[in-house]
Amino acid sequence: MSHYTLDARNSLCPMPVIKTQNKIAELLVGDTVEVTCTDPGALNDIPAWCRINGHSIKESYENGDEVVIVIQVEN
Amino acid sequence: MSQQPKSKQKRAVALISGGLDSLLAAKLMLDQGIHVEGINFYTGFCVEGHTHAIRKKDKAKPKRNNALWSAEQLGIKLHIIDIIDEYKDVLINPKHGYGANMNPCLDCKIFMVSKAKQWMEENGFDFIITGEVMGQRPMSQRKDLLPVVVRESGADDRLLRPLCAKNLAATLPEREGWVNREDLKDFSGRNRKPQMALAAEYKFEDYATPAGGCCFLTDENYSKKLVDLWQARNKKDYELDDIMLLKVGRHLRPQPHYKLIVSREDGENKFLKGYKKQFSTIEIKSHNGPLTLVDGKLSDEEFRFASRIAARFSQGRDAESVTIKVTRQNGEELSFDISPMPVSEIKQEWYI
Repeated sequence: MSHYTLDARNSLCPMPVIKTQNKIAELLVGDTVEVTCTDPGALNDIPAWCRINGHSIKESYENGDEVVIVIQVEN
Repeated sequence: MSQQPKSKQKRAVALISGGLDSLLAAKLMLDQGIHVEGINFYTGFCVEGHTHAIRKKDKAKPKRNNALWSAEQLGIKLHIIDIIDEYKDVLINPKHGYGANMNPCLDCKIFMVSKAKQWMEENGFDFIITGEVMGQRPMSQRKDLLPVVVRESGADDRLLRPLCAKNLAATLPEREGWVNREDLKDFSGRNRKPQMALAAEYKFEDYATPAGGCCFLTDENYSKKLVDLWQARNKKDYELDDIMLLKVGRHLRPQPHYKLIVSREDGENKFLKGYKKQFSTIEIKSHNGPLTLVDGKLSDEEFRFASRIAARFSQGRDAESVTIKVTRQNGEELSFDISPMPVSEIKQEWYI
């Protein structure tokens, strides 16, 4: 199991979702990825994408103007 | 609901726009026991709540991606696909031309269905479904143009339109009995009451409103900005950042060789800050005011002129003088005081 980071700052949704989707496609079950975004909409959309596609959110929070979401790959 | 044995279960890829029609079309297929997965194409021109949410005034609106919301309602997977680069050719050279604005709706539909066909083949799916309704839209859903989409996309009879299938010739999924044609719909025209009734039947609430539109290219003001961009550059081309910036701020072109993008409020200020390394900028230092991106190369004198315009939109608009900081794209800084331009001197034709 490995931990990765993904910089999705300065892109508007759905680009952070697309970047997350494409990153997760490269990862293995159990891996985690920490996604950093500046579009606050990502705080809703990335978890929605994860629910639909069966991945879990380990943590999500706002950090100043940034949004950070940690995802665990489940399938 | 009719259930198909898993081994024989047919698989459909649904074009999910986030609107009501594609939601209903996919639901009709799920009800027939079809395995459905959604596909949503991102062209860069899609209207998303988040683009609007840059602006404070829209913060109260729910921030959601409607395609994801639709997929969640349906309980299906959704694959969001970036087609920004490939879409350029559709927009720049539309074989079937533009609609009322810069919207190449028919070419767009053909392109998306052809991409869905490619996805279907690569992923072992059996057919494609869309939420098209015959006669609903003037360009891409006219009765005489629906066969054009079928033919030019290459999808042929693997393209099923569940909401208006009964008005059309039977497709492969119907002929082969993968779906029951009798359970499909015969919607047509611009009246949306049948869709709304079906939505109520399925207890779908809070779906995206049909009048909202899903593409900035159908917007007159946005289209004008795009045409201006092409004219100023003397070529029809763009990058994602170009088309994102057309959605944000006031756009003024005081001279043919430069354009100002003046933020309208704090949310836009924050967004435009992300572009400070790509553009020269004008900031108002003595008063609260907008961040202005400058697209073009300006002399010092032109920067002073442009700064007077930018200052007009600051809280120092009525002051005798405001302090300005210009940062050129190469990082060089200039600082000076100017008097804001009176509103009477800001020409309407500068606004794009």
